[in-house]
Amino acid sequence: MSAIPISFPGAGLRTPRWATVFAWLALLPILVAAVAPELLTSASPILINPLHALLPPGGDHWFGTDQLGRDLFTRVVHGARPSLLLGLGATVLAVVAGSLLGVLAALGGRVTDQVVGRALDVLLSLPQLLLALLVITVLGGGVANVVIAIALAFTPGYARMVRTEAMVVRRSGYVEAARGLGLPPTVLVARHVLPNAVGPLLVLATVGFGTALIAGSGLSFLGFGVQPPAPEWGAMLSEGRDFLGDAWWLGLFPGAAITITVVAVNVLGRAAQRRYTRRTV
Amino acid sequence: MIHVEGLTVSFSGLEAVRDVSFTVAPGECLAIVGESGSGKSVTARALVGLAGDRAEVTSRGFTFDGADLSKLTETGWRGVRGRRIGLILQDALVSLDPLRTVGAEVAETLRTHHVVEPSQRPARVLELLAEAGIPDPEQRAGQHPHELSGGLRQRALIASVVAAGPSLLVADEPTTALDATVQVQILELLGRLKREGAALLLISHDLAAVARLADRVAVMYAGRFVEEGPAEELLAAPAHPYTRALIAAVPAAHAKGTRLSAPVQEPSVTGPALPARIAALLTGYESACPYVSRCALADQRCREEDPSPTPVGERRVRCHHHDRRLPDLPPISLGETRAPGPVLLSVENVTKRFGARTAVDDVSLELRAGETLGVVGESGSGKTTVARIALGLLDPDAGTVRLDGEPWSGIPDRLRRARRRRIQAIYQDPLGSFDPRHTAGQIIGEAVALPRRVRKARVAELLDQVGLPATLHTRRPLEMSGGQRQRVAIARALATGPEVLVCDEPVSALDVSIQAQILDLLATLQRDLAVAVLFISHDLGVIHHVSDRIAVMKDGRVVESGATAEVFGSPKEPYTKELLAAVPTLATERSPR
Repeated sequence: MSAIPISFPGAGLRTPRWATVFAWLALLPILVAAVAPELLTSASPILINPLHALLPPGGDHWFGTDQLGRDLFTRVVHGARPSLLLGLGATVLAVVAGSLLGVLAALGGRVTDQVVGRALDVLLSLPQLLLALLVITVLGGGVANVVIAIALAFTPGYARMVRTEAMVVRRSGYVEAARGLGLPPTVLVARHVLPNAVGPLLVLATVGFGTALIAGSGLSFLGFGVQPPAPEWGAMLSEGRDFLGDAWWLGLFPGAAITITVVAVNVLGRAAQRRYTRRTV
Repeated sequence: MIHVEGLTVSFSGLEAVRDVSFTVAPGECLAIVGESGSGKSVTARALVGLAGDRAEVTSRGFTFDGADLSKLTETGWRGVRGRRIGLILQDALVSLDPLRTVGAEVAETLRTHHVVEPSQRPARVLELLAEAGIPDPEQRAGQHPHELSGGLRQRALIASVVAAGPSLLVADEPTTALDATVQVQILELLGRLKREGAALLLISHDLAAVARLADRVAVMYAGRFVEEGPAEELLAAPAHPYTRALIAAVPAAHAKGTRLSAPVQEPSVTGPALPARIAALLTGYESACPYVSRCALADQRCREEDPSPTPVGERRVRCHHHDRRLPDLPPISLGETRAPGPVLLSVENVTKRFGARTAVDDVSLELRAGETLGVVGESGSGKTTVARIALGLLDPDAGTVRLDGEPWSGIPDRLRRARRRRIQAIYQDPLGSFDPRHTAGQIIGEAVALPRRVRKARVAELLDQVGLPATLHTRRPLEMSGGQRQRVAIARALATGPEVLVCDEPVSALDVSIQAQILDLLATLQRDLAVAVLFISHDLGVIHHVSDRIAVMKDGRVVESGATAEVFGSPKEPYTKELLAAVPTLATERSPR
C-alpha cells in the first residue's frame, strides 16, 4: 500500500544496450554462415591442396590453411552449420524431454513424482560431459548419437526446473480461478500450466544452447561427433592439435568461432531473460 | 520539534512531493492521509534521509530541535536516524530480521546508539518489550519474528524503534496489515508514546483509522497537502472535494444502498493520483489543479490555475471552490425490498481440517437468491476456507454443501464442472488470479462460452458493464491499476451468468476511494442481475455496508449470525462486541455531507 520504487533492485545488472547490439553484430555473420555458407565463400571446404599446406593467414587465405592445404576460412564458415545444429538439436531435444518429464512429475501424483525425481537425481549426480561420454560409449559415435547424448545430459536440469515451476503454477490463483470457471484438467494444463511453467525455461535454454554447443564441439574434438573431413569447429580443433606449435591459426579461428557464438548467445539469452521477468513478475 | 518548509522530492524530474510544509510539536500527532502514489511515504522517508539515491530532495527549511537537517550527510543522518527520529514501518515481518530474536533486535538499537551500559542491556530490553505491551517478555525476547503474531511483532518493532528514545516517531502505515482489534491496540500504544511526549507523524491511507489518534490531519493528493488542519474540524466539515470524497467513501458510516463514490465520467482516469506533470499532460493544461480530472466541481478556472493554500477556519485548503456544496451522490436505488428468494447455496455443518488444525468447525450457512450474506472474521478465522468449500474447490471433511438443492460437495469434480458456471468467485488478489501472460480480453474471454466471432463483442459488453473502456482488452494484468484489475475480475465472474457470487476480500487490497467505486459497482450489478452474494471480509465497515445478513466467524466457528441491523444494533456475543468496538468510525455520524 505504501510501496514506493525508491530504488530499482538489480538495475545495475542490466545487460547494457551496446552489449546486445554487439552480440547481434557478432552473431549475424555466424548465422549467415550457417544458413547460406556459399554467400561468404565459393571455395570447397574439403578440397585438398598439399602444395599450400599450413600457410599462415594472408591475402589468398584469410585464416590460413591447414595441414592438408584446405582453406581455413572456408572450413570455419562451412563448420557453422553442423556446429550450431549439434547445439540446437541437443537443446531442443533436452527442452522437450525436460518439459514433459517435469510436468509429468509435477502433475502425475506422488508416486510418479518420486520415481521421476529419483531417476533425475541419479542423472544429475554425474557430470554432464561424463554422462554424454557414457551414452556414446553405449550407443557409439556419430552425429545423431552425440545429439542424443548431450540432450540426455542436459534433460535432468531442465526437468527439475519445469517441475518446480509447474508445482508453483498448479497451486496458483489463476489455475484455481480457471478451475472455478469449470475448465477440464486438460485445458488447464495446456492453456495455463504448460506455458507458464515452460516459459522461463525457453529463456534459460538460450543460455543452455551455448553450453550444449561447447559440449558438441568437445565431443567432436574427442572424435565422436562430426567425422573428418567434414568441417566442424570442435573436430577442426582436434585435427589441428598436432600442428599447433607451427600453425597457431589452426587453433585460434575455430576456437574463436566457438567462443564468440557462445558469448553472443549468452548475452542475448540474459537480455531476453530480463525482458521476460519484467513482463510477468 | 520538527519543522519542514517547502519540502519537494522529485525522481528524475517527476515531483512526488511538492512544496509540503508542516510542524510537529512534542506530544502532538500529525496524520498524513492519502492514496497510493500520493507521495505520503516519500515524505516520511525524506524525513529520515532515506528518500534514496535517485531522489532529489529540496526544502526551504528543514529543522529538527533547532538543528538544520537539510545539509546532513549520510554519516550525519546515521546519528539522527534511530537515535532522535524513529521510523516504524508497515510490515514487521519484513522490517524485523528473520534470523534474529526480537530481543537481539531491540538490543541492537541500544548498542548502536550507546543508550545504556552493556551490562544493563538485557534488563533494558525486557523493560522495553514490556512497555510496548508484550506479555511475558522474558520468553518473547528469545523468539524469532515468525514465532510471534502480527500484533506482537508490530509491538516488538515499536519497542526496537523507541529503544533509543527518539523524540519524533515516523510511523508509515503502522497498522495496515493487522486485524481490526489488533489495530486498535497498536494505535493505543502509539497514543501512549505520544502522551509521554513523543512527536508522532502518522502516515496512512485510511482516514478513519488515524482519526482517533491524530491532533492534526494533512490530506495529501498528487504530492501536495490539499487540506491541512485540526483533525476534528477537518473531519466534521471537510472543505476540499477530495477530503469530502474520502469521508464519503468510508463504508462503515453508510447503510446499504448509499453510494460511496461519485460516478466517474471517464473510467480511464480512475487510477491512482498521478504526478502533477503527467496529469497536466493528460488534461492538456500546464498549471491545472491536480484533482481536476476527478473533481465534480471542476470548472475552467480549475483547469487554468492551480489553487494556492487558502485559510478556511484553522485549516489551509488548496481549492478554488472549498465553499461550494458538492452535488449529492445519487443513491443506488435497490428497488422495493424483495422477499427472500429460495435457498441457492446451503452449507450444512461443514468441517475441514488441515493436519491437526481445524480450519472450519461445524459451520452452516444459507444463501438465498438475490441477497448478500456477509461473513466477517479476523485472519485465521476460516473465512477463506469456507469460501473455497462453497466454490467446490475444496471438499469438506464432514458436512455437505448444496447448490440449488443438488449435492455440491463430495462429488467427483467432473460432475461439478458443468455447474460451475452458476457459482463464480472474485478474489482479493486479482493479479494472482490472472494468468500473467494473458490479456484482459483473453482473461474474460476464457469465461465466455461463446464461439470466437461473438466472443469479442460479449467481452466488450462485459467491460462496459464494469465501467471499463473496451480498449482495455489488450492490456496484461501488470499494465492495469488495482481498481481496473478488480473490475476485470468482476467482469470475468459475470461472464458465465452466475446466480451466486463468492467475493473473498474483494476490496481489501484497494485504496479507500477505489474500494468505494468497487463496492458501488458490486451493489449496482447485484441490483441489475439479481445475483446472490457471499461476501467475505475482515472489515466490519465493509460488511455492514454490503450485507443483508451477517455471520461472524472466530476460530473456524460461526459465533453469531443474523440480520445486519440486529447484529450491529444489539450484538450478543462478547467477540462481536469487541469487533464492533474496533471499527474505525469517523466522528462524523452527524451528516453524510
